[in-house]
Amino acid sequence: MAQRVVVTGWGVLSSIGHDAGTYWDNLKRGVSGIAPAVTIPTDQLTQKVVAEVKDYDPLKHFDERAAAPMDRVAQFGVIAAREAIAHSGLTFDGALSEQTATIIGCGVGGQSTQDENYRRLYGDKAKRLHPLTIPKLMVNAPASQISMTCGLRGPAFVVASACASATHAIGLAFHMVRSGSVPVAVTGGAEACIAFGTMKGWEALRVLAPDTCRPFSRDRKGLVIGEGAAVIVIESLEHAQKRSANILGEIAGFGMSADAGDLLSPDAGGMLRAINGALADGGLTASDIQYVNAHGTGTTANDQTETDALKRAFGAHAGKLAMSSNKSMIGHALGAAGALELVATLMTAKDGIAPPTINYLGPDPACDIDCVPNEARDMKVDAALSNSFAFGGLNAVLAVKRFT
Amino acid sequence: MADITADVVAIIAKKLPPDKRNLQMTDRLDEIGIDSLMGVELMFDLEEKFDIQIPFNANDAKMEFETVGEVVEAIKKITGKS
Repeated sequence: MAQRVVVTGWGVLSSIGHDAGTYWDNLKRGVSGIAPAVTIPTDQLTQKVVAEVKDYDPLKHFDERAAAPMDRVAQFGVIAAREAIAHSGLTFDGALSEQTATIIGCGVGGQSTQDENYRRLYGDKAKRLHPLTIPKLMVNAPASQISMTCGLRGPAFVVASACASATHAIGLAFHMVRSGSVPVAVTGGAEACIAFGTMKGWEALRVLAPDTCRPFSRDRKGLVIGEGAAVIVIESLEHAQKRSANILGEIAGFGMSADAGDLLSPDAGGMLRAINGALADGGLTASDIQYVNAHGTGTTANDQTETDALKRAFGAHAGKLAMSSNKSMIGHALGAAGALELVATLMTAKDGIAPPTINYLGPDPACDIDCVPNEARDMKVDAALSNSFAFGGLNAVLAVKRFT
Repeated sequence: MADITADVVAIIAKKLPPDKRNLQMTDRLDEIGIDSLMGVELMFDLEEKFDIQIPFNANDAKMEFETVGEVVEAIKKITGKS
């Protein structure tokens, strides 16, 4: 029998806060995490702003031996997972350890490890690389390190689908818990790809904003690369109630689709099928939704295509929707974005506050859904969507409900 | 020295199928089949060929160069050659 799936813990490491509470406070206040990069040299970059995790010191979280085998991306994942698990109150000794899934989204793995080692090899003509190079850069490292450090012995893997990685990961974990395949899952996403070589690659796509990220605004100039991690603990309602857990929200539906069209240009039809898929999977109709946490990258193409897809999915109800983009504050954390944004969506429903889309200069006629410009808004949210649409045409949408 | 016009036209033409490579200066890039990704690749090819930096953001509402001739003029301006 299908289980209801509830969220009982969350953890966040982001450019606007090193824990979930600070992250949410800053989202509501409209604090920007976007600034000139400090973790990499910027003299050869034409676009210098990013959303870095500020003042990150691994030794505040790990001793030297524990930190050494982990790239920044795996460390981020472990820190967020530890916070989420502590928040849930679960302990993973005994049988539950073997029944808990660890499914983490990550777009590209240990980019700073790869970048630094290639620089040594090609630039400095180093004769050898450190033996931990491969285990640090492998894309599955965040899931492996979370499973190892938290003692989770059930199904564990990383899902890679670029900007939709974490949403796909959480969606799969949700379906596993709903089907009864596992009672508990630790799921989310991690990314740390602000490395010099990676940033030059992004620069070459000509989609980066020179100033800041202004989703759905007139005069928006593109996206800003971010980083971070967010992890949630989900479990069947029965499992959560049996242990009198504090229930933070409910995951209700998951939809996915592929555009099978253009490599980079978004497609409203593909987005629409993922949105409709999430609604149908959750037994929801369009009029049940009050809020959408948009993909909202701040590129010309995404924002108008996403608006088009939402209008097609919601019809006249689109005029009543509120929608905001966390990327205006935290940039685009790629493989972690879907998790950071799902946590924000759950918090929105729980607290009845929609965070704003900041940096908004004024309306773009092609983006005519209310995007909660610049100021947070109190609103009752019974059900909401969180959208993620990846390069390569891979779309994933989660539906959540306020737990009642 | 290098004929900028011929080089630029050759680089644009190479993006197109063989039967569509007879280009006029007034041809619009979107009409001859240069989509957004090809446009970004074209900027890369031109930067590599002439060792220049072209300020181009795919998010700008108005493309600075919409025709073959405008690309040629932009490259002449940046390189200071003709």
